[in-house]
Amino acid sequence: MPETSPTDTSTGTLGNGSKGRPSAGAPAARESGGDAAGLGRRRAAGFVAPSLLLITAFLLFPALWTIYLGLTDYRLTGFAAADPQMVGLDNFTNAIGDDRFSNSLVLTLQFVLGSAVLGQAVIGFTIAWLMRNRTGALRRTVEALVLLAWILPSSVITFLWIALLDRDGGTFNALINTPGTAWLLEYPMASIIVFNIWKGAAFSMMLYAAAIGNVPPSHLETARLAGASTWQQLRDVVFPRIKGHILTNLLLISLWTFNDFTPFLLTAGGPEDRTEIMPVFIYKIALQSGELGFGAAISVLMLLINLVIALVYVRLLRQRKDKTA
Amino acid sequence: MAAITMGQLTKVYPGGVRALNEIDLTVEDGEFFALLGPSGCGKTTLLRTIAGLEESSGGSIRIGENDVTSTPPGRRDVAMVFQDYALFPHMTVTDNIAYPLKIKKVAGRERTVKAAETAAELGLSDYLERRPGQLSGGQQQRVALARAMACHPKVFLFDEPLSNLDARMRLEARTFLKRLQRELGVTTVFVTHDQAEALALADRIAVMEGGKIRQLGTPSEVFRRPANTFVASFIGSTPMNLLDGVVRAQGVEVGDQLLPVPVGLGDHLVEGEKVVYGIRPEYLGHAPAAVPGSLGGEVRVVENLGSAQLVTLEGSAGFVQLVVNEDTPVAIGDHGYAVPRQDRVLLYRDGDLITGGADPSGLSADAPSLAKGPA
Repeated sequence: MPETSPTDTSTGTLGNGSKGRPSAGAPAARESGGDAAGLGRRRAAGFVAPSLLLITAFLLFPALWTIYLGLTDYRLTGFAAADPQMVGLDNFTNAIGDDRFSNSLVLTLQFVLGSAVLGQAVIGFTIAWLMRNRTGALRRTVEALVLLAWILPSSVITFLWIALLDRDGGTFNALINTPGTAWLLEYPMASIIVFNIWKGAAFSMMLYAAAIGNVPPSHLETARLAGASTWQQLRDVVFPRIKGHILTNLLLISLWTFNDFTPFLLTAGGPEDRTEIMPVFIYKIALQSGELGFGAAISVLMLLINLVIALVYVRLLRQRKDKTA
Repeated sequence: MAAITMGQLTKVYPGGVRALNEIDLTVEDGEFFALLGPSGCGKTTLLRTIAGLEESSGGSIRIGENDVTSTPPGRRDVAMVFQDYALFPHMTVTDNIAYPLKIKKVAGRERTVKAAETAAELGLSDYLERRPGQLSGGQQQRVALARAMACHPKVFLFDEPLSNLDARMRLEARTFLKRLQRELGVTTVFVTHDQAEALALADRIAVMEGGKIRQLGTPSEVFRRPANTFVASFIGSTPMNLLDGVVRAQGVEVGDQLLPVPVGLGDHLVEGEKVVYGIRPEYLGHAPAAVPGSLGGEVRVVENLGSAQLVTLEGSAGFVQLVVNEDTPVAIGDHGYAVPRQDRVLLYRDGDLITGGADPSGLSADAPSLAKGPA
């Protein structure tokens, strides 16, 4: 009998009538409510309380507060700042009907697909695959360079990229001999996509390097002995083995990229809103135009989109587990 | 079907480790061949070089008529079974067996039929739809074998084929492997560190150490007449007694005992030279009282081997081990005497076997057991 109530336990003891019962264990478990450490419910709650308080104060409360703000016409300045009024779901319906919102959503999806799913994941995997059998100086150098792009502060690397892509004195124009091309103005979306790939590929590379390291060499060698090409080896041996890693990687980088504000430092959402991805859009609405209520509503919508993305990946991950089990 | 011929085959790893040192070796067509040696001796490197998974640094490999020295593994027409079987966990047994056929672009239905045929030969018909995770170790091994057989390669390569099985399954699988290889008649090279496995399975064995072949021969040659003290101490479930001795006019002095010189060796020995006197524990008889030409000592350890006992004596010659009958009464502290079987005594000079000229194998020697060599 596993977990039983105190009365059950005592009747069981009577029924058995056995004296040699390990008496020490049973009463202790009864007092403590059955936990292994014997703390008891109250003391255990005491241990959890500080972190619960922190989560409530810094995560739960702001989230609820954002939802509340989204239902008001709260503004940064003016009458509405002093005395915000409840406006119901107006902010949400307005946002969904707003061209700027749908435009921003499309741009964000382009940014996520281009820089995270296609860019970071594919390039990170490619680097990890090429480096899989290498040791020593080459591998260390490549890893160090890729990691450096990841760990440097965003403000620092955006400054570097502005210098790199500058129209007049830019390094990139000098390198490929295209003087006078204003990359950030002429190809703003492509620029921030390449920038984000460059900045974030390190995470995917490290995750895939670890995943590829877990593929038994004998499996790859079996495929090689059968005459499999590199693509066939990847398809038949590597990908089925690291499916879970791929999904986890895509989930994380999609969400990170979706919520990434750094491109603002490069293009400020422009020119003509062409790089106004969701976080930039919210920033502009809430803090530049001062429409805090509207901005909060869009934030909530963005949270919901994030949830949907996360749910899709989690569903896929679970399917995979069911299959292998 | 094809022979494998290696000439001056060398493999040097970056960093200077010489894993294979100018190996010359021919594995005959249809032979079951064992590469045996301790870890790091180069046996696995040699196998992987035959497979093409390692590139040789020098020398050549031929499989049948073709020089495959620089042929990629997929075109060498060899199949390998790995120690961990390397079955793809996401594929069914059928898909695993058919995998090499799929890569060779055999049509889907033909693949399934061939996989089913091969599986039937190995008694796997009931498991075709299962995944490797749902099979026992022995079944997984047979799936790996079936995958190797499915595309009828010229050569099979097995890397430690039995070491992932538990002790009982191992014996079963050993018999099974030997029968299968006999039936298929495909040239097979396998790597093992277990001398018993090599002796039991192989037609011929190459004993390796430090990237070189130390002895090449049939199991009985290698077991009865190890060519050097390395092979002597490596082969045999109980290691051979290797005792320091000095050649005297009347025989070989080991400890304080004068032991007879093996038949036919008298002319090859110089009085006063140092030799190593080798005798397997199985070839030492036990006597409770002193017998001429025997090694005496106090019983230190008695190990029960089931139907026999391994007795360790400590005497003037150092430790001597002998295998005695299960009924022989021996107790720790007793005095015992080990009597060598004369036709099984081997002498080593500088680590190499001293052979008596004409009949180096000495296998047919039905020599009178206690004959004293002319000294």
